[in-house]
Amino acid sequence: MLNYILRRLMIALPSLLGISLVLFVVLALAPGDPFEELATNPNVPPEVRMALRAQFGLDDPVWQRYVHWLTSMLKGDWGFSFVSRIDVDELIAQRIPVTLAVIGASQVVALLIALPVGVLAAVKPYSWFDRIASTLAFVGFSLPTFFTGILFILLFSIQLGWLPFVFRSDLSETGWAWWLEQIKQSIMPVMVLALFQAASWMRYVRSSVLDVIRLDYVTTARSKGLKESVVINKHVVRNAMIPVVTLIALQLPQLFGGAIVTEQIFRIPGIGSLLIDAILRNDTPVVMAITFVLSALVILFNLLADVVYGWLDPRISYR
Amino acid sequence: MQEKEIRSLIEQVREGALPRRQFIGRMVAAGLTAPMAGTLLLSAGVAQAQSTLPYKPTKRGGGGLLKVIYWQGAVHLNPHYAGGTKDQDASRIFYEPLAGWDTEGNLIPCLAADIPTRANGGLAADGRSVTWKLKQGVSWHDGKPFTADDVVFTAAYAGDPAAAMVTVAAYKDIKIVKVDDYTVRVEFPRPTPFWSEPLTGIVGCIVPKHVFEPFMGAKSRENPANLKPVGTGPYKLVDFKPGDMLRAEANKSYHVANQPYFDALEIKGGGDATSAARAVLQTGEYDIGWNLAVEDDILKRLEASGKGRMAFYEGSDIEFVLLNVTDPWKEVDGERASAKSRHPAFSDKAVRDAMSLLIDRKGIAEVIYGRGAITTANFLNNPPRYRSANTSYEFSIDKANQVLEAAGWKKGADGIRAKGDVKLKFVFQTSVSSPRQKCQAIIKDACSKAGIDLELKSVVAAVYFGGDFANPDTYQKFWADMEMYTTTMTQPDPQFFMEQFTTAQIAQKANKWASRNLSRWSNAEYDATFKAAQVELDPAKRAAMFVKLNDLVVADKHIIPLFARPRPYGIGNKLNPVLSAWDNMTWALGYWSKDT
Repeated sequence: MLNYILRRLMIALPSLLGISLVLFVVLALAPGDPFEELATNPNVPPEVRMALRAQFGLDDPVWQRYVHWLTSMLKGDWGFSFVSRIDVDELIAQRIPVTLAVIGASQVVALLIALPVGVLAAVKPYSWFDRIASTLAFVGFSLPTFFTGILFILLFSIQLGWLPFVFRSDLSETGWAWWLEQIKQSIMPVMVLALFQAASWMRYVRSSVLDVIRLDYVTTARSKGLKESVVINKHVVRNAMIPVVTLIALQLPQLFGGAIVTEQIFRIPGIGSLLIDAILRNDTPVVMAITFVLSALVILFNLLADVVYGWLDPRISYR
Repeated sequence: MQEKEIRSLIEQVREGALPRRQFIGRMVAAGLTAPMAGTLLLSAGVAQAQSTLPYKPTKRGGGGLLKVIYWQGAVHLNPHYAGGTKDQDASRIFYEPLAGWDTEGNLIPCLAADIPTRANGGLAADGRSVTWKLKQGVSWHDGKPFTADDVVFTAAYAGDPAAAMVTVAAYKDIKIVKVDDYTVRVEFPRPTPFWSEPLTGIVGCIVPKHVFEPFMGAKSRENPANLKPVGTGPYKLVDFKPGDMLRAEANKSYHVANQPYFDALEIKGGGDATSAARAVLQTGEYDIGWNLAVEDDILKRLEASGKGRMAFYEGSDIEFVLLNVTDPWKEVDGERASAKSRHPAFSDKAVRDAMSLLIDRKGIAEVIYGRGAITTANFLNNPPRYRSANTSYEFSIDKANQVLEAAGWKKGADGIRAKGDVKLKFVFQTSVSSPRQKCQAIIKDACSKAGIDLELKSVVAAVYFGGDFANPDTYQKFWADMEMYTTTMTQPDPQFFMEQFTTAQIAQKANKWASRNLSRWSNAEYDATFKAAQVELDPAKRAAMFVKLNDLVVADKHIIPLFARPRPYGIGNKLNPVLSAWDNMTWALGYWSKDT
């Protein structure tokens, strides 16, 4: 087991290196300049921009910049944002709490919807409940979040005026008012993301439960005279969850990556909006840091999923 | 407009025959800026209309929370780093200059006790120095007193080339001397007619010596104050998240009595302009929205809900079309569009005249921009421009056809005009943005009716304005026949703006295309007049020179101005902001109040 994990980690290293190299080269080849704003402002003499480019090493050859980035990354120095002129790790750290809160809450809500609905739909397949749930699920994952997001804003913010549609990361209220305000502004983005996620997870849960519920041991459990709730909860769901858990584990890196589109619509200052801003402003160190951490997390969680899988299903062994 | 005419107008203002506002409007229409027009009056001894701004509240605080929405978030709070308006506006909340520019071009004192004039002995007769008296009893947010040392330090801090500050141009050649604790003297290396550039506006934001001194030059980026400002402004920082949100609270010891009115301030950044407009005009979640460059139809629909209104502040952001002077399709000495080459078609004045006739400015402004574009008040419009808005430019396909026909450009079998082997087929480039593409299409349509074929090209803004000298598609390289963009005249004096048409500014390989004369236009008379205007001390003479410069550029028609783009703000019904087209949105934040 330990051997297996070590071996996987060893394989992960070159792939991470490869990923970082590809990312860096693509970013270097992309057109644009982080000091574009200065170029379009006629008040700023061009020498200022040239001096800044030289100061940040933008005029060096690509390989030299890559080696520089890699060595400082290995030393734990994430780099310095061209645009904000602060350290990249500080910038990312500011965005993590909001990202975790909003995306995390949406994943939990999605799970709370997907699990019971999926199981109920599978227990009575092709019943009215199943049909309605399945139809809604199809609708749910066919509608992109930018569409549902704007729909929600139109309905709840503009027509009804119940909820704010601008997310304020830094509320000035305190105590209970703070919680109330926080919940009010989080409802729409969390629900938009949760409904989308729940729709697809519900389908997975349903098919996975359907696979298990027809097996002989379930019939045996029922013929032993066990209560239906015990059969479902203890015998069916537990075994049906194995593929679902893997699926969820693979999605966890998203917690860090944020939801670019939804964050943009609701102005949530998460990692996703930081990434898109950084891309638009050609702030290479920030883009590199986020994408690199994201790819590292994907690799890590893949490994984690494999390990968890073995723990849930002892028939799987590692060699 | 001649010098004599300008002088007589000034006399009329002095006698009260001509309203001040009208004078400024005329000067702006003639190619000057409102601040320059205001300075003209000031130096002629005509007192400013107002030296204070309107302010109703009678006590400090009590206004609650002021909510401001930007669709771009500020990324740092150092005024001398700030290249874009979002960062300038944000840092201007905390830092103040000696004086700022109101929308009519008056200089309003802020950290200065009064505005230097000839009469009060502030301005030297030789134009080489100006003495500013500073306001006393001002303290920094950390409680330390503000003195002349801070002003002297700011000039040294911003003027240090090693620090690569965006405001370096205003400070690198001047010297600021401390006369006493509350008096400074600015010394210029040569007679300087526009003495008020340093120390005013965003360029003039004074930083505290005791906080910034340890971080001079290249070390400036390590300064924690870049994100945690210590200024003299009406609000103090509570919390700042770059690219997202800024919170501030009232500065209880602000140096203006009864200010500020609001107890706290919140600026939210990010998202897009349309939803920002929605948050101000439709739901009223925010009190004021910055730069709501949204199609006018949408704005009008949002305004219909009655929560807020749009206000347009007319500065001098101008949308232009440039006709290339040089040939972008041939290499001369290994350089495309070399300054040594001549454009095969545009070197004929008739073709340029025809192009100008084929641009339906009024139609474009009305159809695409609505209130967001002002054709009539455009300062670069052709004479006769002071009488009627309708005669200042012309759109006529018939006339264009006649002009081309007379110049010998005959239609070929394909309907495209040609002379010899030169065909009137042009590549017309601009940045990707929906109104600009619509504008391109309207111009193309009119041109096709006159036998001119335009190939439309649009480049992503990040590349087009990116200034990357390795990229062939930047607006600086201008490797196309025609291009269009907006140029901003943010500085109060037109000298810097007018410099962009001088020969020395031609963008070419030798200067990595980093200078500003993009059409590569060159005119000896222009260069000579510009040189003279740089040192002309008589403001009226100098103003006449700028008008002449303007006429020279426009008459030659390599530069075809389309319209001015006023600054669009969305303002909640109850808010009374004090805004200006010649200074930052937050330049007079202390004066803002709200009806209860």
